[in-house]
Amino acid sequence: MPDDTLLNQIKDPANRPNPYPLYARLRQHPVSLQDDGSPDGVWVASTHGAISSLLGDPRVSSETLPPADRPKTGNPITDFLIKPIRDRIVNNHRPFIFRDPPDHDALRSAVMHQFTSERVQGMRERSDRLVEELLDAKRDVRRFDVVDDLAYPLPVTVICELFGVPREDEPKFHEWATQLASALEPDSLTNDETRAKNSRTFDAIAGYMGDLIKEKRKHRGDDMLSGLANDTTPDGVKMGDYDLIATAVLMLVAGHETTVNLITNGLLTLLRHPDEMERLRADPGRAPRVIEELLRYEPPVQFRLRRAISPIDIAGITIPEGGDILLLLAAGNRDAAVFPDPERFDPDRKGVRHLGFGGSLHYCLGAPLARFEAESALTALARRLTSPRLVEDPPPYRAGAALRGPQHLHVAIEGMGD
Amino acid sequence: MSDVAALTSDSHAVVVGGGLAGLRGAEAMRDAGFEGRLTIVGNEPHRPYDRPPLSKHVLTGLLPPDVTRLPSDLDGDVEWRLGVGAASLDRGARTLRLTDGTTLRYDALLIATGTRARPWIHPEEERLPGVFSIRSRDDAASLRAALVARPKRVVVIGAGFIGCEVAAVCRELDLPVCLIDPSPSPLGRVIGSAVGGLIGAVHEGWGVEMRLGAEVAHLEAKGGRFVGVRLKDGGRIEAQVAVVALGAVRNTEWLDGSGLSADSGGIDCDERGFVTDAFGQPDPRIAAAGDVARFPHPLYGGRRIALEHWGHAVAQARHAGRLLAGDASGPVYGAVPNFWSTQGDMVVKSVGLTEGADAVAIVQGDPAERRFVALYGRAGRCVAAVSVDSARWLPAYGHLIETAAPFPPAEAVTDRPSRKIDILDPGFA
Repeated sequence: MPDDTLLNQIKDPANRPNPYPLYARLRQHPVSLQDDGSPDGVWVASTHGAISSLLGDPRVSSETLPPADRPKTGNPITDFLIKPIRDRIVNNHRPFIFRDPPDHDALRSAVMHQFTSERVQGMRERSDRLVEELLDAKRDVRRFDVVDDLAYPLPVTVICELFGVPREDEPKFHEWATQLASALEPDSLTNDETRAKNSRTFDAIAGYMGDLIKEKRKHRGDDMLSGLANDTTPDGVKMGDYDLIATAVLMLVAGHETTVNLITNGLLTLLRHPDEMERLRADPGRAPRVIEELLRYEPPVQFRLRRAISPIDIAGITIPEGGDILLLLAAGNRDAAVFPDPERFDPDRKGVRHLGFGGSLHYCLGAPLARFEAESALTALARRLTSPRLVEDPPPYRAGAALRGPQHLHVAIEGMGD
Repeated sequence: MSDVAALTSDSHAVVVGGGLAGLRGAEAMRDAGFEGRLTIVGNEPHRPYDRPPLSKHVLTGLLPPDVTRLPSDLDGDVEWRLGVGAASLDRGARTLRLTDGTTLRYDALLIATGTRARPWIHPEEERLPGVFSIRSRDDAASLRAALVARPKRVVVIGAGFIGCEVAAVCRELDLPVCLIDPSPSPLGRVIGSAVGGLIGAVHEGWGVEMRLGAEVAHLEAKGGRFVGVRLKDGGRIEAQVAVVALGAVRNTEWLDGSGLSADSGGIDCDERGFVTDAFGQPDPRIAAAGDVARFPHPLYGGRRIALEHWGHAVAQARHAGRLLAGDASGPVYGAVPNFWSTQGDMVVKSVGLTEGADAVAIVQGDPAERRFVALYGRAGRCVAAVSVDSARWLPAYGHLIETAAPFPPAEAVTDRPSRKIDILDPGFA
């Protein structure tokens, strides 16, 4: 049997800079039961084959969030009347990343309907301009933090503008988003404190969103939230308020917490492979290849959680009904059975089937945004930075093991070109 | 394998068939290291092209017929003999005679001659202006031109996959169309009328007229043009365009006299992919792939089947190309059969073989939402699945079929937590 504490080592912040050797050990068994402190442990899938198979398996549920957990207030009306109703509403109107068909499909299609090509194209051009503006602001510095100065503000501005969230309200989201993103970490299933904090944070962000939605109904803008709040899709889907709030929160949190890592991991990887940085500088047309390889090599979302609703026979073992499943996407991305010489960063790979955006019905909805934001950022960085080098390698990492990326990435430069 | 003829850089490999399987087979020989002379013989004047769009986007006008050429890195590395077919095969002399009278000597031969549209029973009626079938790019271009002229009605004879695709295209073009088939539902012979009826209901929703349980006796002409069909029950349907979509027949006539075991159902292969003679002996210089190859499928107890599926043509051709180039190291070819059909904005996909199924169940989704997966059972085992706008789930069912999992499956799935399942008669006529 494999070492059943590998998952705990993955969660250990000390291993954040390089979890890949741990993933390699896990891959010796496509699916293994890992001790994570919970009574039944968690079934970790780590090979490309096992992960792909489970992503497309109808017996695998995404409804993994534990019930809402709000502290009692002492006021009997609140505690015994309002709270149960609220808990019930929240538990039944999760964001669609935590929902199964058919609800998931209806909610997702309503969002897809708003993702018009004009909107995406518009945001793409906006993203290019934003990158130049953010870098212009650092024109005279000789050292800057790629996270705070570019990788965080870029996707945040894009998602806020796409959803019509006033720019001045953005700082509130920063904190909310960081907290809610912990729902993707394995401890969110077991840690009561995290659950309670997430419930409170959700109430706060939901209150804000509810007001914003009312505003969008009164004064419709041409943003996506206005569209979702007012339109019915051709399939006849119009979201109720609670689903709409949950969906908007999901989009904003995802916009805050994922692409930042793609851009930062991207620059970090390019600085560690200066020849690839130079090739990208010489030929910005390489960007799509570079980004797909980054999504394989250093994916912003390292793993996702699922639950088996029936027993599943896979790779010689049986995941029992009710078993928690961890799909270690980043390990599947380095599976030598699919990617020859997997530890090598090589944008010229052919036929890359990376799991960086997940797969099947929960495949990342924001993938086009992530791709063009990373393309704007990395091509501009390659073009404009003169003699960039890492101040600290490895850089300090953010807490998350699932949403993994540097907390800061200080880069020293000799100049910033145009 | 000791009896596999080793090719050298002086050898000549010939591929008969300029379609998808022929091209991919030739590429596989090169990929496996074959450096000798390589010739592809194709009876159409065109380089290999993709056929699936011909009954879909080419007819709607979204794609011109000449853009479906298949990409390949072979182009400069191969001799093309286009516009000539194979006429006969002399295995003793290892020569292939072509329809232009020339001969080609081969050291290795890949047979990928595919199929042609099954002709209408009365040849003189089939030649009438206004009567079409779809197999080649030129067929599709002619039919497209006829549809652009906005006929008052189109009749489609045969409600198999091609027939259903053409009917859906007509409705997309806002042309009245009538789909005629002797089965009680469209696709009745291929997926049974239980699921075929659900797909038929979608077509009716689009405004396709259905004449089911009906057979065409004659294509009628007036002034030398097609003007309508007469049914066996005496009824008449007026139309200006007829599309004959009665399936395909395999191109094996040229093998008469070669000693190989071939008939209208295909050319027989052994489990490795080499063609066999009438006594079952393989010819280690000749392999077959694609629609024309009838091979013992390991998933179906070694029963010989020929599959007319795009993905199969690619995978089997790669296998056969490697085999002829001397690389017999791979596993026995036996991928789970699968195919797709785009009908209007509906995508029907299938995995496994429905043949002989005695039960079917809707295991996911809801036909009312036009989104479901139907699973087929035979003698208590899963044998096939058909999805409508739910293709992402099919690999999971493919696994059940590969492992011959019990039918009906007892497991709950995300959108059917109750485990209750209705077993239906699949309705094969």
